[in-house]
Amino acid sequence: MSLFLFKRLITLVATLIGASVVVFLVLEVLPGNAAQMLMGPDASPEAVHALAVKLGIDLPPLQRYGNWIAGLLTGDLGLSYAYSTPVADLVFERLSLTIPLALMAMTITTIVALAAGVFAAARHNKLGDVGVMGISQIGIAIPNFWFAILLILLFSVHLRWFSAGGFPGWDDGIFEGVKSLMLPAISLAVVQAAILTRITRSAVLEVSREDFVRTARAKGVSRRGTLWGHVLRNAMIPVITVMGLQFAELLAGTIVIENVFYLPGLGRLIFQSISNRDLIVVRNCVMLLAAMVVVVNFVVDLLYAVIDPRVKPSDI
Amino acid sequence: MSAVPVIAALPLNAPGFWRRAARHHSFVLGAVLTLLLVFTALLSFVWTPFSPYDVDMAAKMMPPDARHWLGTDAYGRDIVSLLLVGARASIAVGLIAVGIGLVIGTAFGLLAAAERGWVEEAIMRLADFGFAFPAILSAIMLTAVFGGGMVNAIIAIGIYNIPTFARITRASANAVWSREFILAARACGKGKLAITMEHVLPNILSVLIVQATIRFAIAILAEAALSYLGLGTQPPQPSWGRMLSEAQTLLFQSPMLAVYPGVAIALAVLGLNLLGDGLSDLFDPRLTRKR
Repeated sequence: MSLFLFKRLITLVATLIGASVVVFLVLEVLPGNAAQMLMGPDASPEAVHALAVKLGIDLPPLQRYGNWIAGLLTGDLGLSYAYSTPVADLVFERLSLTIPLALMAMTITTIVALAAGVFAAARHNKLGDVGVMGISQIGIAIPNFWFAILLILLFSVHLRWFSAGGFPGWDDGIFEGVKSLMLPAISLAVVQAAILTRITRSAVLEVSREDFVRTARAKGVSRRGTLWGHVLRNAMIPVITVMGLQFAELLAGTIVIENVFYLPGLGRLIFQSISNRDLIVVRNCVMLLAAMVVVVNFVVDLLYAVIDPRVKPSDI
Repeated sequence: MSAVPVIAALPLNAPGFWRRAARHHSFVLGAVLTLLLVFTALLSFVWTPFSPYDVDMAAKMMPPDARHWLGTDAYGRDIVSLLLVGARASIAVGLIAVGIGLVIGTAFGLLAAAERGWVEEAIMRLADFGFAFPAILSAIMLTAVFGGGMVNAIIAIGIYNIPTFARITRASANAVWSREFILAARACGKGKLAITMEHVLPNILSVLIVQATIRFAIAILAEAALSYLGLGTQPPQPSWGRMLSEAQTLLFQSPMLAVYPGVAIALAVLGLNLLGDGLSDLFDPRLTRKR
């Protein structure tokens, strides 16, 4: 294993431990007596104590933290207060919607941004470039949940092509599932695609001015060949970095978009659990989302090193 | 996102700065939209066509007319008045949340650049760790414990801003610390704190102002999203995000109710982004020399 990978792995583990401590402190220690909070101020002390024992929150904080981490590592996330089902089952069921939604949004973002960014760069300072930049500037300014509402207005209320919300589940077939996630995925993708378009355009323009590109052209490599063989590979370095950050934004964005479309995903589960004061579910879901963000950034760092030879230490 | 920050002292008094600014399309359009946002919020303190708090069920969901220029909502409240007062929430959250990030993040960034070594490493790792919690996730944690509200939204968005400002400040300050005039200041016997305050900070102000403008726009979007979810500004205080949430239930009856607040948010964010882009160009000494 390379030293680079080892160092990044250490940072990854340290960040995950740090995140778990913050989540635990905020959602487990700060609220004080969680059992009292769940049952309300009128509950009898005996009932509160019984619930505390049932939830395991009568133990000292350090022991509770240890139990939680052990549970996280073994897949035992405890029992939901509101649903009376294992949190792991709830989360797993909801992830089957949230992960495909985020992946669909990321795919749309990547395809649109790379196409539009390269298109704009190839027409630098011409009408096509100005048009793409203008549209992307508007795209960045649009709140994704508002764009979602506009899409519902157009495609669900007026054209009636898509349903205004809900998810039939994957049992009804992949087509039905993908169709019901299409508007949410587009809503999530619009802002990120606008940002990535601008990054792609400026990265392609910057690399196009490098000496090695001029040399390639002087050697007789075609414009297209230079673009695909030399420019794009090097331009992908900042693009991939931003894509990693964007995937994290998309995951967090699902919390809002799932609520716009009433989708039973992880984001909506968190939201409903806050209403139900079901802190054990909130804690595990927030930790899961934070962990996904951290892991995605870790993967981006590795990809960064693979693509850009200058990042690699000698031993990679 | 720029890897190598362009460092320059604020050129506001430089000859020709304002003339160049007046010719910069992004800057002018951004400044006009931003001033419009500020004017809207200020105007709402002294005048609104109707009270945004008065419910009038007899006048609910009225179409636009001479009295109600954009109509009324499901509670008979005047949309123009709600939009005017809603601007206050966006500005308040944006200003305070960016202020939190700017003050704390910049302090950490300056400390990292001045001390280097393990202090810098520790601060930067902490900043990395801060990125694990996007604004909405921080807000959800705070809301789950303390309940929804504008203050919690401000704190959550502010915390989210701290690592960004820390990183940008440290990168920019490191570039300043490597300059010859810093070496001269050290040779004169100046301490790290004096050099930071007298030389480093003034030279990275332009970078911080540009970043603050952009983060302001992001804070407005985050506030709107949190209010839409019911985790931000609470009733009866009007907010653009909550207006959208209420409008969504009436999409079939009155679709335009869902359009106005969204346009207001988009214009405010567009203005701040254009202003940030414009300032970034105007503060860039390389572009100044090219002109």
